[in-house]
Amino acid sequence: MINLHWLYVLAGAVFASFAIGSARDATNPKRLGNAAFWGLLAISFWFGDSLGDIGNGILVLALVAIAGAHLLGRGSGVSTDADEREDFSRRYGNKLFLPALVIPFTAFVGTLLFNYTPLKGMGFIDPKAVTLVLLGLGVILGLIACHVWLRPPLTAPLEEGRRLMDSIGWAAVLPQMLAALGAVFAAAGVGTTIGALAAAIIPHGSVFLAVLLYAFGMVIFTMIMGNAFAAFPVMIAAIGIPILIHADGGNAAVIGAVGMLSGFCGTLMTPMAANFNIVPAALLELKNQYAVIRAQVPTALAMLAANIAILYIAGFRL
Amino acid sequence: MIDYWPLLGIALVVVGFALRFNPLLVVALAAIVTGLLGHMPFLKVLATLGHGFNESRYVTIIYIILPVIGLLERYGLQQRARALIAGIRGATTGRLLIVYLAFRQVLSALGLTSVAGHAQTVRPLVAPMALAAAEKQHGTIDEETAERVKAMAAATDNVGLFFGEDIFLAIASILLIQGSMASFGIQLTPFQLSVWAIPTAICAFIIHGTRLLLLDRRLGQHK
Repeated sequence: MINLHWLYVLAGAVFASFAIGSARDATNPKRLGNAAFWGLLAISFWFGDSLGDIGNGILVLALVAIAGAHLLGRGSGVSTDADEREDFSRRYGNKLFLPALVIPFTAFVGTLLFNYTPLKGMGFIDPKAVTLVLLGLGVILGLIACHVWLRPPLTAPLEEGRRLMDSIGWAAVLPQMLAALGAVFAAAGVGTTIGALAAAIIPHGSVFLAVLLYAFGMVIFTMIMGNAFAAFPVMIAAIGIPILIHADGGNAAVIGAVGMLSGFCGTLMTPMAANFNIVPAALLELKNQYAVIRAQVPTALAMLAANIAILYIAGFRL
Repeated sequence: MIDYWPLLGIALVVVGFALRFNPLLVVALAAIVTGLLGHMPFLKVLATLGHGFNESRYVTIIYIILPVIGLLERYGLQQRARALIAGIRGATTGRLLIVYLAFRQVLSALGLTSVAGHAQTVRPLVAPMALAAAEKQHGTIDEETAERVKAMAAATDNVGLFFGEDIFLAIASILLIQGSMASFGIQLTPFQLSVWAIPTAICAFIIHGTRLLLLDRRLGQHK
């Protein structure tokens, strides 16, 4: 059965190639730092399960040390310049979109095939890994299409991939680090403390104030944890169930669904949700690492107001 | 008596991010401080951190897409995306991003969340298209405006995903809500929950769509 482990082997190979490419990149003054960083990540993907928890912890500290000491840099070499790209763009025309669309198309068709045909029951693919398996398949198909059509040098995809990877830099592992931080927060009892704190300041007698506290609690706790999934069980246990549902008689489906969506407003406003907010800023080579968050804050605040209104009206007045 | 000391780790994260220290360093430090204040021995903290990191490797797999995207950029994909938009009459940044918002919300509502994304669609296609449209509206644009347009393209992807995905029945967050409620004896079906994601999804389209039209007006001003 194709499971996550296959993808880890593939990802490890990609990172290992980035490491080797970095080590040989004479245009990058910090090439050894890059090589060590991507090399450690390759080790994590290939051997993470046999390193043991403490071994992985040391690997994490090594990654942090490389990033914290500013040992990551970028090469200045370019494969094709802007003029050559314009020429290529004219020569190949709109057909250039086709290989780019192979990846979304594989995800689209694959998801439909997997969910609505007997494929699911046949056990070829681990259902938990299906999204990532389709991503991997799309990447491989896309690369094959590019090679057959454009005939680039064999190492070109890895060189070009490394160029993009270096522009993302340490931000690439931030989402994974934040997930690890979440695990430590949970083990140290941060969630229970925040829940107790929220329950202690609960206002009595006013449904609207309780709704407000619930929604803001979701937003703030989500901003801290970077993830509404961590906030929801705490806030529903501290305020949602005892106050809004049991004491005030609110509609449980509304309070559950719209409470989670209030948390998503927090996700839009926090650097802790790095894969949505910080990585894109790096990927789009923005000067300000908080530019995406800045663009989202007005939408997030207006959506929070809308969610509070929906919670109050649909939860208690309908 | 509640023990508030572990919350100091959160304060550390806030201060560290605000002062723009390297976020990896801030996060690692916050994890260690929080763990120690929560009465965990250092090796236990290190093990929890390592275990958490190893278990979440799946979030970093997305970068295997970079070789394909990079290769296509070498052959002028971004230039092609711009040329396509430049040839469409009436194309503006705001209208383009509104179409993308609708597309992202509808696909997410159908459970097809990974069809689009920052690496898959925003960097190679949506951001260069939005920039090309902005240049059509405004003439040459300065760096600050280019940043704003690109940031808005990424923001539109996030808004479309977040306020579309919960309409799909089998998404993780719906299952989490159902499970959390069930542990308190409240039985809900995924359908009951996902129906209540629809009003918010409509509000998101109206609110973010309005902001995109306002962006258009700003871009159109001093041509």
